[in-house]
Amino acid sequence: MEHKICAVEVHDLTVAYDTTPVLWDIDLEIPKGSLAAIVGPNGAGKTTLIKAMLGLIKPLSGEVLFFANEQNAHKNDIAYVPQSGSVDWDFPATALDIVTMGRYGRLGWLRRPGKAEKQMALEMLDKVGMLGFASRQISQLSGGQQQRVFLARALIQQAEIYLMDEPFKGVDAQTEKAFVVLLKELKRQGKTVIVVHHDLQTVTEYFDWVTLINLKIIANGPVAETYNEANLNRTYKGHGIRLKEVV
Amino acid sequence: MMDNVLFLLQDYTFRTVALGSALLGIISGVLGSFAVLRRQSLFGDGVSHAALPGVILAFLLTGNKNTEVLLLGALASGLLAALFITGIEKNSHIRFDSALALVMSVFFGLGLVLLTYSQKVPNANQAGLKRFIYGQASTLLSRDVILMAACAAILLSLVVLFWKEFKLFTFDPEFAQTLGFHTGRLNLFLSLLIVLAIIIGLQTVGVVLMSAMLIAPAAAARQWSGRLWLMVLLAAGFGAVSGVLGTLFSSAVPGLPTGPVIVVCITVIATFSLLFAPHRGLLRRILDRRKTRARFQAGISTTILKERRRLS
Amino acid sequence: MRAGMEIQIIAVIIAVACALPGTFLVLRKMSMISDSITHTILLGIVLAFFLTRDLSSPLLVAGAAFTGLVTVWLTETVAKTRLVSEDSAIGIVFPLLFSVAIILITRYAGSVHLDTDSVLLGELAFAPFDRMIVFGRDIGAKAIYTSGFLLLLNSTLILVFYKELKLASFDPLLSAVLGFSPVLIHYGLMALVSVTAVGAFQAVGSVLVVAFMIGPPVTAWLLTDQLKNMLLLSAGFGALSGILGYQAASLFDVSIAGSMAVTTGMLFLMAFLFSPRQGLVGIFIRRKRQHTSTGGTPKGAGWENRRRII
Repeated sequence: MEHKICAVEVHDLTVAYDTTPVLWDIDLEIPKGSLAAIVGPNGAGKTTLIKAMLGLIKPLSGEVLFFANEQNAHKNDIAYVPQSGSVDWDFPATALDIVTMGRYGRLGWLRRPGKAEKQMALEMLDKVGMLGFASRQISQLSGGQQQRVFLARALIQQAEIYLMDEPFKGVDAQTEKAFVVLLKELKRQGKTVIVVHHDLQTVTEYFDWVTLINLKIIANGPVAETYNEANLNRTYKGHGIRLKEVV
Repeated sequence: MMDNVLFLLQDYTFRTVALGSALLGIISGVLGSFAVLRRQSLFGDGVSHAALPGVILAFLLTGNKNTEVLLLGALASGLLAALFITGIEKNSHIRFDSALALVMSVFFGLGLVLLTYSQKVPNANQAGLKRFIYGQASTLLSRDVILMAACAAILLSLVVLFWKEFKLFTFDPEFAQTLGFHTGRLNLFLSLLIVLAIIIGLQTVGVVLMSAMLIAPAAAARQWSGRLWLMVLLAAGFGAVSGVLGTLFSSAVPGLPTGPVIVVCITVIATFSLLFAPHRGLLRRILDRRKTRARFQAGISTTILKERRRLS
Repeated sequence: MRAGMEIQIIAVIIAVACALPGTFLVLRKMSMISDSITHTILLGIVLAFFLTRDLSSPLLVAGAAFTGLVTVWLTETVAKTRLVSEDSAIGIVFPLLFSVAIILITRYAGSVHLDTDSVLLGELAFAPFDRMIVFGRDIGAKAIYTSGFLLLLNSTLILVFYKELKLASFDPLLSAVLGFSPVLIHYGLMALVSVTAVGAFQAVGSVLVVAFMIGPPVTAWLLTDQLKNMLLLSAGFGALSGILGYQAASLFDVSIAGSMAVTTGMLFLMAFLFSPRQGLVGIFIRRKRQHTSTGGTPKGAGWENRRRII
């Protein structure tokens, strides 16, 4: 592992909302080319960790490095799939519109998406099996279809690192299977995929790297070595690690 | 100044206006608490604007300018607007805020149309109608205040009578439903009371400022207590105090309009509460945050030290 | 008739200029901010007037637009404490600023033509009296040019920043990740709304600016699934209510702005009832049809969309 490049490094990261710590002194390294799961109970700080990695939340202390660089240098190398509940699906836009948004970062201010972007968006929709729904208004899609659109929007960014917040939530079995195939393909291309994951049963099947988290990092490493009974118990039983116990 | 105040206190007009403003403060404080807790703060803003066409229509239909008649019209159009707002929200993807903004501004537009129309009705002196837009506390008559007092008594006793239901419904409407309460009817009933409170306040502070009377006392009271009954009592108290203070200032200093001064008073109380309330106030929070930050930093450095020691 | 024509032109321009930024207010669930801003700009005008002692100074517009931004910032600061909800924050901040403005007006500026009537209600009928005169030639009502400039500003900025506004309104998090600061876009939009409110309220009054900002976009949203079409349609509805509103007003000899607002409401009501996919009547008929049929899966694209109704 030592000679592998780290896609993401987190050092001494502490995040607090008001007086409650949400993430406590996180140290974390995820090697390039991993298919990593972030696993932990509700309220363990998984979403916060992803957001802090993206620079969407200002931490109390600590830093996040991508490929040993500050994040800004790699703005376009990071794709993000938010929880599907975080947006308004009644927004007047089609599936194609939403996927095209993934290219905006590469376009920068003022430049408008053109034919090339549209073509690309259609390809990505095809990849997630949604080509037939390109001109559908997004509220007319099922939960699984909406997630597929979000995945296509991340794919079109052609990033190096993909951060996904519970992409399997509210998704049908078929979509989940299709997702896993796509994620594994990304891994084959040498990309790094980091997924907040809920289903403990499927971790070994889908992922090769796992980060167990509950306020603090409980364990972080290859699934084969790290994902075991003892670590899981520590993650889920010590559910109430309070400030007192930490300090 | 002190002499002025003593003199004022004996003044009949002053006492009438002060009493009216205090009553308004109490009513809006109590009902506003429910509106704020139900996250319907701006509902008051909408309903008060929407009352205008009702006021003028009532006048056009009856030719009568008595407060009771006009308020009845206001009540009818305020309720109609409330029904429109909830109807639009329920039956389309239009959100509450848009439905509110749309309905209130369209109703207000209709009110203006009717107002300009009423100016053309022969021998109709419509000067008294505009006080519902701007509010004119100084024109409160003792019979207006008696009307307000009667309404206040009815509203407050209804709130006391249905206290348990309102409390449950405000806190958790879904749970209330599982307990077998008819939430649709309860919702309508509580909304009716809130609309009534707004309508009563209109002629004192006017359509724009009524929303502050509904929100600010409740928002202030919420900072001091997490218990509903205490919050409602405090809100009523804050409302009453700012009503009296506002009347006092505007009578003591020439050229100060009563309604806006009342609003400034209640906002000062609300700001003070946000900053200095003992448990939730901002000052307290800043102190707490500083303390925890220091503790965090201390905690982190000790863990780092431990780590170093372990490694070396 | 010439004055009538000019009034209609002004009405149409203002309604369209309001509908464009209004579309984004509706989509961002910030409709009530327009109500707040349209009231508080009065304070900016009053303060700027005290500084300049000149009612026609362009500083008044700048001051008003600046107060709009301050209003938004104050409201957000109060809401961010999470001690009160967001709508409570709106309802505390704007009445305060408005009250201060009214107190200042009644106490110090009593002699000036700056009364609350013209702010809250506006008067479009007087607009043609104020002429634009260039080199001694009368080239039309001044308001045509000021509101025309406003429309040009709004449509240009929204055209140029269409992509950014769309992204930041739909998914502010992604917008931040991709390097389009949602805060910057937010305040940019708010500045545009403030300037629009300043430009429009003299003609139609502050409450009715809300009707023109929110009414046409909301109506358009019932009829289309595309942001572009929503912008175009709401501009169209704005223009339509300008013309129809004026015609109705001159027919009954009543307030023009009020009549325009009522027309806006009527157009909304029509769309609400008869929109082909979302209209209440269509849904009612479809539901009935479904009841009489075998009760299998509902057909028609609108159905999934309308699940909340059933």
